[in-house]
Amino acid sequence: MKKMGLIAATAAMTVGLSVNASAADTLAAVKERGFVQCGVTTGVPGYSNPDDKGNWKGMDVDVCRGIAAATLGDASKVKYIPLNAKERFTALQSGEIDVLSRVTTWTLTRDSSLGLNFAGVTYYDGQGFLINKNLGVKSALELDGASMCIQSGTTTELNAADYFRENKMQFEPVVFDTADQTVKGFEAGRCDVLTSDQSQLYALRIKLSNPNSAMILPEIISKEPLGPVVRQGDDAWFNVVKWSLFAMINAEELGLTSKNIDGKKNSKNPNIARFVGAEGIKGTGLGLADNWAYNIVKQVGNYGEAFDRNLGMNSPLKIERGLNALWNKGGLQYAPPIR
Amino acid sequence: MSSDANKSPSASQKTRFWHDPAKRAILFQSLLVIAVLGFVGMIVQNTLHNLESRGITTGFAFLSQEAGFGIIQSLIDYSESSSYGRTFFVGLLNTLLVSVLGIIAATLLGFIMGIARLSNNWLISKVASAYVEIFRNIPLLIQIFFWYFAVLRALPSPRQSLEPIENIFINVRGLYMPEPIYGDGFGWVVAAFFIAVVAVFFISRWSKKRQDETGQRFPMLWTAAGLIIGLPLLVYWVMGSPLTWEAPVLKGFNFRGGMTIIPELAALWVALTIYTAAFIAEIVRSGIEAVSHGQTEAASALGLNRGKVLRLVVVPQAVRVIIPPLTSQYLNLIKNSSLATAIGYPDLVSVFAGTTLNQTGQAIEVIFMTMLVYLTLSLLVSAFMNWFNTRMALVER
Repeated sequence: MKKMGLIAATAAMTVGLSVNASAADTLAAVKERGFVQCGVTTGVPGYSNPDDKGNWKGMDVDVCRGIAAATLGDASKVKYIPLNAKERFTALQSGEIDVLSRVTTWTLTRDSSLGLNFAGVTYYDGQGFLINKNLGVKSALELDGASMCIQSGTTTELNAADYFRENKMQFEPVVFDTADQTVKGFEAGRCDVLTSDQSQLYALRIKLSNPNSAMILPEIISKEPLGPVVRQGDDAWFNVVKWSLFAMINAEELGLTSKNIDGKKNSKNPNIARFVGAEGIKGTGLGLADNWAYNIVKQVGNYGEAFDRNLGMNSPLKIERGLNALWNKGGLQYAPPIR
Repeated sequence: MSSDANKSPSASQKTRFWHDPAKRAILFQSLLVIAVLGFVGMIVQNTLHNLESRGITTGFAFLSQEAGFGIIQSLIDYSESSSYGRTFFVGLLNTLLVSVLGIIAATLLGFIMGIARLSNNWLISKVASAYVEIFRNIPLLIQIFFWYFAVLRALPSPRQSLEPIENIFINVRGLYMPEPIYGDGFGWVVAAFFIAVVAVFFISRWSKKRQDETGQRFPMLWTAAGLIIGLPLLVYWVMGSPLTWEAPVLKGFNFRGGMTIIPELAALWVALTIYTAAFIAEIVRSGIEAVSHGQTEAASALGLNRGKVLRLVVVPQAVRVIIPPLTSQYLNLIKNSSLATAIGYPDLVSVFAGTTLNQTGQAIEVIFMTMLVYLTLSLLVSAFMNWFNTRMALVER
């Protein structure tokens, strides 16, 4: 049934009626509408997944909430639109969503030929392998001849093919439509290996009936920088999304958290004063309220808080910060300064 | 009076073309055609404009780019370095494969079940009606999942494969069979087969003619079977058995070599067959019941036995009723085969409208081509069935 969405979006673009209105000025449209339309996954724990009360939770969801806090002053004003891997770009191109925050890898093809812009990196990921422990395999180089469950419509198919070709190994791709079916195929023993971005492997592993029966191999075979995506040609909105993410990263660097930011509102530190909107350019350049960055941290938290809550040690996934630590702590997360 | 008579021809000469219904109709129809073409043109124009203004690449140049991804089952040569255009044909052939297999099996099973439903044997007819009622009332997607996951769970891992016949292995990865390797001289065996088929054709013409003239019957079935099976076997033996088998061998994770039927194909085939056959069974039953009982009685009264009554009287008339709805079922089966994508069978929708679409991002072109394929396939099938229908139709003199 998800295919209907794709076809509907394609048809919408073909007829092109509702499209022109939304392509022009997304920020104004969002403000007038009163909520942000955010494309998310159909359910990947830690990134975007509805909890038992139906509230969306996760790292990608927090990015959407940050954007809503910056633009509308209220992080809860987000409408989440679950999309599968195939329909996500069409939904964004056709104006069905304002921002796509859905474990999407930044690549040359996507950035240059789809009419889209990537607004930064929320998570530095890489493709890995999930394997049944009792096969006794310790390295991906031992996987010659294995059959492999892959979720369709992702860059993973290409990466896996490239890796096996490079190492002169063969494999049998079994391509499923959704993450759930991929896991089911793996559990049923159809494949020896399940391949996906490593972060998703952690998330999928806890969906197995016996998570301890499977392990993640050490090899990472690709670079997968994941980030929010917007339509090309709307630079004002592109800036808003980009800087909402930068604000979260800068907040962690400055030591601002959702708990302590109220106490630091009158801080003498010029960086913090600029951050909370007491000094400097404030929100004028972005077309936002002066306290836009304050709202993000107050309502959503800084990057580190969001990471710990959704992916890190305070979550069931328990993923190490690794590459996603701040640049001054050995990772890659680096944001241009707010000044 | 005379003035009236003079008036009328001059009036008809002066009739304006909008007062002439035939010309008026032509005018309105051309206006409509222009409007429709204009609307289509506007949509195309608008789409191209929208795509361009948003910096989205258009065109079919992507078809010659390298695809780079693997496909589990391909009827033609395919590797990661093949082009996106080739993925289209791989997907198309896989769709055709499962459709053709499904149509053949569904037709056979449907006819058996349809006839069984009319059986006088209480058990057989009840089993057949239970079959029809159960399988046509469960959504196809759920049946596909059932056959796929239920069967997968029941099968052993490659290292504990079942081996019902020597060198044939069944496990969760599929059915592995020895692959025939054709040696020198195998061409003669194939030639012998075709010679036998041609010979059977002429003998059957001769025997029909002889029956028409003399009334004597010739044991055609046994002659045909003997020729078609016997002649190639004889040649095969004379040529010194030019055929070897390459057996699959367990190596590492799985079997290598031999031929494989992947479980996705099997599950999809079974599900499509069972689902569509339930509808075909009803069509067959209704077709047979549409032949009036008087015909059967009249045939029996002529002294024909039950088999001949069925073959010479009932079936030729029933087929006329059966063919048109049967066409719809074939079309349904072809289109339903696109549900393959749910269980990872690499059909057109999964490979081309799935992976290729995602890697190139050219949704409009890819979806357009995919829709065109299903449209073309459906039109071809219905053209063929219409031709067949005209051939079978009652010839009235």
